[in-house]
Amino acid sequence: MSAPSAARLGPAGMCVLALGFAFIYAPILLIVVYSFNASKLVTVWGGFSLRWYPALLENRQLLDSAFMSLKVALASGALATLLGGLAGLALARRGSRGRSALAALVYAPLVMPEAMIGLALLLLFVALGVERGFLTIVIAHATLGMCFVALVVAARMKTFDASLREAAMDLGAGPFTAFRTITLPLIAPALVAGFLLAFTISLDDVVLATFASGPGATTLPMRIYSQMRLGVTPEINAVSTLILCSAAALAGAALILARILRHGAR
Amino acid sequence: MSARDALARRLARRLAHRLAIGAPLAWLALFFVAPALVLLKISFSVSVLGQPPYEPRFDLSAGFAAFLESLRGLSLDSYALILQDDLYLHALLGSLRVAGLSTALALLIAYPLALAMAHAPRSWRPALILLAVAPFWTSFLIRVYAWIMILKDEGLLNRALAASGLLDAPLRLFATEGAVVIGVAYAYLPFAILPIYNALDRQDRTLVEAARDLGASRLRAFWSVAFPLSLPGVFAGALLVFIPACGEVVIPDLLGGPETWMLGRAIWNDFFANRDWPAASAAAALLLLAILAPLIAFERAQMREEESA
Amino acid sequence: MSTLLRVEGVGKSYGATRALENASIEIETGEFFALLGPSGCGKTTLMRVIAGFETPDSGAVFLDGVDVTHAPPHRRPVNLMFQSYALFPHMDVAANVAYPLRRQGLASGLVAQRVRDMLRLVQMDGFEARKPDRLSGGQKARVALARALAAGPRLLLLDEPLAALDRKLREDTQFELMQVQRDLGLSFLVVTHDQSEAMAMAGRIAVMREGRIAQVGAPRDVYERPSSAWVADFIGAANLIPARLRALEAGRAHLESLAGALTARIDAQTGLAPGASALVCVRAQVLRLHATRPVADNVIEGDIVDEIYLGGAVEWRVRIADGGLLRVSAAPHESGVAGRGRRVFVSFAAEAASVLPAAASPA
Repeated sequence: MSAPSAARLGPAGMCVLALGFAFIYAPILLIVVYSFNASKLVTVWGGFSLRWYPALLENRQLLDSAFMSLKVALASGALATLLGGLAGLALARRGSRGRSALAALVYAPLVMPEAMIGLALLLLFVALGVERGFLTIVIAHATLGMCFVALVVAARMKTFDASLREAAMDLGAGPFTAFRTITLPLIAPALVAGFLLAFTISLDDVVLATFASGPGATTLPMRIYSQMRLGVTPEINAVSTLILCSAAALAGAALILARILRHGAR
Repeated sequence: MSARDALARRLARRLAHRLAIGAPLAWLALFFVAPALVLLKISFSVSVLGQPPYEPRFDLSAGFAAFLESLRGLSLDSYALILQDDLYLHALLGSLRVAGLSTALALLIAYPLALAMAHAPRSWRPALILLAVAPFWTSFLIRVYAWIMILKDEGLLNRALAASGLLDAPLRLFATEGAVVIGVAYAYLPFAILPIYNALDRQDRTLVEAARDLGASRLRAFWSVAFPLSLPGVFAGALLVFIPACGEVVIPDLLGGPETWMLGRAIWNDFFANRDWPAASAAAALLLLAILAPLIAFERAQMREEESA
Repeated sequence: MSTLLRVEGVGKSYGATRALENASIEIETGEFFALLGPSGCGKTTLMRVIAGFETPDSGAVFLDGVDVTHAPPHRRPVNLMFQSYALFPHMDVAANVAYPLRRQGLASGLVAQRVRDMLRLVQMDGFEARKPDRLSGGQKARVALARALAAGPRLLLLDEPLAALDRKLREDTQFELMQVQRDLGLSFLVVTHDQSEAMAMAGRIAVMREGRIAQVGAPRDVYERPSSAWVADFIGAANLIPARLRALEAGRAHLESLAGALTARIDAQTGLAPGASALVCVRAQVLRLHATRPVADNVIEGDIVDEIYLGGAVEWRVRIADGGLLRVSAAPHESGVAGRGRRVFVSFAAEAASVLPAAASPA
């Protein structure tokens, strides 16, 4: 008899794994492959070509919207990390007043459809007479992002041994020193993960951005979405491939950063 | 050390804690609760042309008496409209049908995969989990777009089928509800895999061994022990797919046809195309109700489970 | 010796539960003191009050004569070795030990010197660059001790310091703790639920029950002269024979039990008068077994119902006339008369037994 933890993955199991991950990754790979298609007809393979990529660099609108997306994602990610970090800490503190209200408010946006959140925010902006643009998209994305950050930080705090903080205070650290030297370094990975999550969500979002944006501010997903509605083009394949590559690079950087934080911190 | 110093320090700490909880609370109150209230208010307004294209039925700044007065004149017109109009009933049913079907499809794909992952060698599992979650980190739009390329009449699937000689005429897949169901199931698959995997992975393996020891075949041991114990994970996964699927805007727009009508798309359309803000708001309120029901059921079930544990 | 710590009538409630009730103890400079009691008896709360993590509802804590009741943990010369050791996982061993020194604003040269000294003291030199998750349980305990000592406490609190260790390691670590305490001449207060641990290490023990101090004394006093049936039973197994007090004379009591007449030592403090019901408390180790009726202060007849061989000792269960079981233990070579089912005589000296009030009261 094998040990309880030993794997019992037969050939059938291997097949399931292979088929399952093929289903997940084949569509993504197809886009990458067809972005190198020489043919103008997207689904007909006309040989290998890089011709669609240089064209992207001349597309001023596309570059502008990519830059706008990056700015929005950085600003909203930072804001979401700050607010969500505070919320996560507050959620982990038992017995503080307003905690259950905060918990409800943090969970609610996670289950609400984006179309509803976006519409509601837009109506508020109109009612308050706020001009829509960069700032309003940042607000919309920070609101959704902070809820994710709060969850990540609260989960990290749950595994946080309360006696570590007490030990720091026992050894001569005041409450704020204890926070700076013990709590903050220990939740840093969660803050980084939360930031990356908020950043990614912002970069990816099209629904909230469409509701919250004004005439002057178009994000990359908004631009791509409006083109996708018109049909499949080789240019979209090329843009998508570039986005996938940068996402992979970002994920790689995140993994390396996490490793450094885990082993290098003092 | 005097008691007064201690008091001063405690006050400083309390202030810091207030700030930690107050700042996010205030933010969410301003940018989540207040907008929701405005939305509700507008859903009770009458649609007029102009900018903004609605006539408010009550004004919160006019005080409580005015609020009470305005309640009498409140308009259920937009609700009446969306309830009478076949289109919204159609959209509500469409949302529930597409969400239900795609949830079922996602679970059907996710369960065997999660099961295989949970039985894979321990050293593989972190990589497998990463592989299952990674698509979430890539662009949602792009993943949906991939299916346009695959499902279109002259798309990759039809070309492959034609080339293999299986089909003469192309399958009509694109711009149908079926395409939306596939797209939704594909887009939210990671949400279904993870909770099921967690439920299976956390299970005590000796339970299945005990069932085998007591005379159950491998299949029966799975059906009678492992599967029932994994149901909470299945339920959580179903909820995580069903809820966003209900309000989905992008997927029905890109993969669905003109007859694929869902609530999220209806809101979008009312708002951006028809400029009927009260109707869009009322549809959003309806959508909220459609989502709240399963959530409350889940919350109840979880509470009962915690009590019995 | 001078009084280092004085805890005066401390009370603490959490909602409806009273964790501490009028608890008072005094600890001398250089003393190894133990707080002993079952879980939930309030010993951890009392320790946290002394460390500064809890503010008592009533009473006061004095350190060197100064009232520190309201001083926060980082402003008292009291340090705690946590049960979980609470080593900072993101810092290596040296950084952990240096933590209190940094907080005191010591120059880095001095910090390095002190860290070296402390690690040498606990025989952990050479482990400076290790992270806590790469240490064994015993090594973690040593680092936690070094870190707490580096803070330069007047009083070191140890919260169940051996609970996380396996048996063999526990004995070694216990010995080392005692040695460090003696070498440094520091005051240690150890909190434990293990009576043998407390008796082995401490010069004095405070036994706690339900938020109150039940008895304070040297291990021998607490063991041989327990103040109540509860303490007697908690500190090692005790035989408690119900009896009625018949007469008193010069520290001795004559009693009548269903198993016959008994004589035992009595403290004036018990306040028992003739006619009162009482318990005669006698340890298993002082009982003797005989095949024939011996001449002794007390002799009880009974039948052996069980004989358990424990390696270093043999323990018998003897059914006596009142229906109760007496536990008798002796070294294996003394076990000549034994055998299950045999009729035996159990004897003990009056001095080895004490009379306790029958009602099991907390104090």
